[in-house]
Amino acid sequence: MIRTHFGVVAIAVIAVVSGCGEDKKRAQVYRGFTIAIGSVAPLTGGIAHLGKDNENGARLAIEEANAAKIKIGSKDAAFELVSHDDQADPKVGTTVAQKLVDAKVAGVVGHLNSGTSIPASSIYSQAGIPVISGSATNPKLTEQGFKTQFRVVGRDDQQGPAIASYLAATTKPKLAAVIDDATAYGEGIANEVEKTLKAAGVNVLPREKGTDKTTDWKAVLTKVKGRNPDAVFYGGMDATGGPLLKQGRELGIKSVFSFGDGACTDKMKELAGEAADGLLCSQAGIPAQAASKKFLDAYKKRFNVDPILYSPFTYDAANILIEAMKKADSADPAKYLPVLQKIEFAGATGKIAFDAKGDRSDAEMTIFTMKGGKLEPIAIIKGGKTVSYQDFIAQAAAPQQGDAAKK
Amino acid sequence: MDIFIQQIINGLTLGAVYAVVALGYTMVYGIIQLINFAHGEVVMIGAMVAFSVIGALAPSGLPPGVVVLAATGCAIPACMLIGYAMERLAYRPLRGAPRLAPLITAIGISIILQHVAMMIWSRNPLAFPQIIKAQSYDLAGATITNVQIAILAISVAMMAGLVALVYRTKLGTAMRATAQNPQIAGLMGVDANRVIAFTFVIGAALAAVAGVMVASYYGIAHYTMGSQLGLKAFCAAVLGGIGNIPGAMLGGVLLGLVEALGAGYIGDLTGNVFGSNYQDVFAFMVLIAVLVLRPSGLLGERVGDRT
Repeated sequence: MIRTHFGVVAIAVIAVVSGCGEDKKRAQVYRGFTIAIGSVAPLTGGIAHLGKDNENGARLAIEEANAAKIKIGSKDAAFELVSHDDQADPKVGTTVAQKLVDAKVAGVVGHLNSGTSIPASSIYSQAGIPVISGSATNPKLTEQGFKTQFRVVGRDDQQGPAIASYLAATTKPKLAAVIDDATAYGEGIANEVEKTLKAAGVNVLPREKGTDKTTDWKAVLTKVKGRNPDAVFYGGMDATGGPLLKQGRELGIKSVFSFGDGACTDKMKELAGEAADGLLCSQAGIPAQAASKKFLDAYKKRFNVDPILYSPFTYDAANILIEAMKKADSADPAKYLPVLQKIEFAGATGKIAFDAKGDRSDAEMTIFTMKGGKLEPIAIIKGGKTVSYQDFIAQAAAPQQGDAAKK
Repeated sequence: MDIFIQQIINGLTLGAVYAVVALGYTMVYGIIQLINFAHGEVVMIGAMVAFSVIGALAPSGLPPGVVVLAATGCAIPACMLIGYAMERLAYRPLRGAPRLAPLITAIGISIILQHVAMMIWSRNPLAFPQIIKAQSYDLAGATITNVQIAILAISVAMMAGLVALVYRTKLGTAMRATAQNPQIAGLMGVDANRVIAFTFVIGAALAAVAGVMVASYYGIAHYTMGSQLGLKAFCAAVLGGIGNIPGAMLGGVLLGLVEALGAGYIGDLTGNVFGSNYQDVFAFMVLIAVLVLRPSGLLGERVGDRT
């Protein structure tokens, strides 16, 4: 008992002391003109390559800001990237978040996964440190009401309407079948798709369901085949979506098969074989190759590789943090956070502004198709409008050249 | 009508696989009254071994048929070995123990096998290489693929072979004798331990083939694929009368048909109150109904509990 008491007292003392010193310490960092910006992504483990890509995006932005000799509070500011590895593990994610808070970073770019971002977000929120994710798409992240949480990538629940409106506009189905795997994700996206399809005047068959472990879809698909729909949407992951597509084609269903991002992976090719060709699927955000040419060139020059997935978003996230500090003329989170909430920024992934929740307003969704065993982007959906992928790239290149000319 | 025929084809294919797996449950139960819950995992190991062999041989340019045969040829001995080891190490030491002890051991073995497979083949769903090109044939308006035909043919052949083994050979006679009364069979010169080990090994060989069939039918293999399949097959065995070999076959085919027709028509029959995801509920309702009316299963004989 004595030890417990001692522990409680010790923690209280530390808290009081550090609490008092907080402002002073933070001020000290800024007086030294070094502004620390955190970057968190899994740098080890199965998706380490994506984590490194995220870190590279943020690093590029910071290096460019340093080269531009930005002044904040009429003093030269030196930005420093504090990069941490969260191993895509929620537990490590919160530990790392606490480390960054303790290190008094001015802002954070990350985390990569929704699973790590959500638990970490409350730690940043308590410390009042703004954090922008360039890749976490789970709606819950910004639904918690944290003023410090932002994201520059789209949400999962914007995907359903996107793929459905694309389907309605291009395939023009009269009758569609919607199937889901009875999980929160699958059912959620299937509901959105059904709603959007019905709004577009498409008749939708009564929902068919499997589970997230179903591999035998034959009975369900046979029933679907009997109704002869023009399009099929499946809300679920690739592990069940692959067999579904394969069995559908085996049964001779000729309709268009479409999926959400859970089944928008290269694994579909392996699981469904040749049947995968011609599928439609959606992903939140835009493919890395659709980012501005300026970014693509700078990235390639600096890291000697091409961007993989989310680096254009983390690049924008870091740039937005810097831009907000510049506009507020302060790197104090309390001062630049209000500026950040209202910012309008032309980034590598297009125009960025945040809505009240911290989500990107008008986030893009990309529609992919499988061609010769490879997923290829065919269209970008933004604000309910569909732009073909080629046009989008052409547009993205144009304003950036304008920016360069201004400088 | 073509939709109905299609559902029958779907159900028969599924049912044939259930039947082959159910045989493993029923044979072991018939002899030592043990429900070997790890049997589903043996199916999974069979699929995984075949996956690795196909992955290794596919680039060699051998004809696809040979590769699949080689993969099955590797999966069978691997599973037989696991079946034997399982009996020798986990069940034989518990032969005289209360019936609950080996049952719990079986669940333990099942978990161990799953996690070993997870460590070897990762927790991701594996795309089972589709080296045999799927071809669809038209059958009265319905389609049947070459893989489905192969599954049906192989299952029937294996079941016929098993019946011949059990009813026509000396080993089969010994198996039946042991099933009736191990002690008396022992007095008649039957080595009960050897016969029991054989039963496990034969069941595991059938499971290996079932694993390859399931994985190539759906094009996917996963370290948890055995548990659901095993549970269904176990139900098929109970439906037909556990311990009864023709019963397992009948139960398997029936369960497959009920599932396919259930998924296909339950929505229409209930005005879409229940969707196709209730197909398992439907299948188990049939199981319960049968067991209420015939507690020993469709072909099971009413026997007094032997101690």
